[in-house]
Amino acid sequence: MKYLSKLHKILDSGEFAVTAEIGPPKHASAEGILHHADMLKDYVDATNITDNQTAIVRISSIAAGVHIMGRGIETIVQMTCRDRNRIAMQADMLGAYSLGMRNLLCLSGDHQKFGNHPTSKNVYDVDSMQLIQLTKRMRDEKKFFSGEEIKNHEPRFFIGAVANPFADPFEFRVDRLEKKVEAGAQFIQTQCIFDMERFERFMEMVRERGLDQRVHILAGVTPLKSWRAAKYLQTGVSGMIVPDSMVERLKAAEDPKKEGVAICIEQIKHIKENVKGVHGVHIMAIAWEEVVPEIVQSSGLHPRPKVELD
Amino acid sequence: MIIAQQKPIKEVAAMVSDCKKVLLAGCQGCVTVCLSGGEKETEIMASALRIMRRLEGNPLETVTYTATRQCDPEYIVTMDDLVKDCDAVISLACGVGVQYMAERYKDKWVVPALDTNFIGGSTVHGVWEEKCGLCGDCVLHKTGGICPIIRCSKSILNGPCGGSQYGKCEISKDTDCAWALIYERMKALGKLDKLMEIQPPKDWSKSRDGGPRRATREDVMIG
Repeated sequence: MKYLSKLHKILDSGEFAVTAEIGPPKHASAEGILHHADMLKDYVDATNITDNQTAIVRISSIAAGVHIMGRGIETIVQMTCRDRNRIAMQADMLGAYSLGMRNLLCLSGDHQKFGNHPTSKNVYDVDSMQLIQLTKRMRDEKKFFSGEEIKNHEPRFFIGAVANPFADPFEFRVDRLEKKVEAGAQFIQTQCIFDMERFERFMEMVRERGLDQRVHILAGVTPLKSWRAAKYLQTGVSGMIVPDSMVERLKAAEDPKKEGVAICIEQIKHIKENVKGVHGVHIMAIAWEEVVPEIVQSSGLHPRPKVELD
Repeated sequence: MIIAQQKPIKEVAAMVSDCKKVLLAGCQGCVTVCLSGGEKETEIMASALRIMRRLEGNPLETVTYTATRQCDPEYIVTMDDLVKDCDAVISLACGVGVQYMAERYKDKWVVPALDTNFIGGSTVHGVWEEKCGLCGDCVLHKTGGICPIIRCSKSILNGPCGGSQYGKCEISKDTDCAWALIYERMKALGKLDKLMEIQPPKDWSKSRDGGPRRATREDVMIG
């Protein structure tokens, strides 16, 4: 098989993959993300570039991706369904591919109510499921979303999707994951795991259905800086579960940041050793990208494999 | 039915501040049922406007009439005589009625007294909820009789999204997650397998995105 994505090759090789997230800024300078790219370069296999995360206007994921690729890191372009109709999405997919991006993560996107333009119209012309399916069809059948033929140079993305084991209805989360696999998802990044027990129950159901054999699942982790951050995620963000014990542990810590990193490292080690069917870890150090190298190093995931594409 | 609510009375008064005599036109349709533009509401608004203007030392004369419907030209014409010597018409109908009035009385200043909100129904007396998104391509047979187009904040056809928790939508704890309701209902009906079918992108051209819509029934046309 000829691989177009390093992440794809690493995951297929059975290596435990490491991805991290870089959030583009709310201004027009790439200085900060270039700095983060330089720091992460040797510690991750690919970086997600978020797409106007929490519905706040930022440098677009594709433009930011160009900056980051320039530093020698493979990108995972995040594409939400909130802001663009199917025409704009396909235009951006063609553009991203032409710029050398090979991984696409398809997701719904946070409602604009939470962002800095709460009165805007949301699009959701296609949803994340449809986006996965149509991106696959673009690649495998050389067709635009409309069914019109792509005569040549069709984008050939390695297709990613997300899963949230902490949202409800719990059992249907596995059904929906299966649906995404059916639609064409090749790798899955999960929502931040804080409730390990629930994640393990989720993975048990995933394994029962053999889904871990059909898709690469990367477990999402987030280092927390303080108990207040934990409390906020616990009470202020829908679809997140943060156990009280974690809030208390951070509260009791002398150095909460250090403790947050330690918890994250423990989680990664636990997942890697004990949770079967997980093929990698996705580190979402929100506005704290500089801590990623330490987490990767201390989790025993450094150095990263050197991968060459044919 | 169409759910509409009255604009603040000061806003309505400002729209006709330079008029001496106005017709307040109610509607016996939806807005009577949702208690915003029926005969009673029309009379109350006329009275309130007269009082406001009298207190301002600039009396307003009002005429009131509540049409069978304002969304049919044949019922609009019944107001021809009443409108004649009025400076303006305040319509207490939905946006459809206001437009029919404006269309009929081209030389009159026609203003809306209501905000037209949505189509839905009442849950308890005094509470109305949105139920239909007017998408023009009903999917209720696929979703257990619960509309994801308007009751899901993202109009997702393959939900629920990652923001669904404890049966509620991520946008508000007061908003039920339509997809949680769909899931529960389909589960109860033993039809969860139907939710595993990937629903394709919707044809929004049948909705407002395709431009103003028109329904034609040649079989009932006269002449």
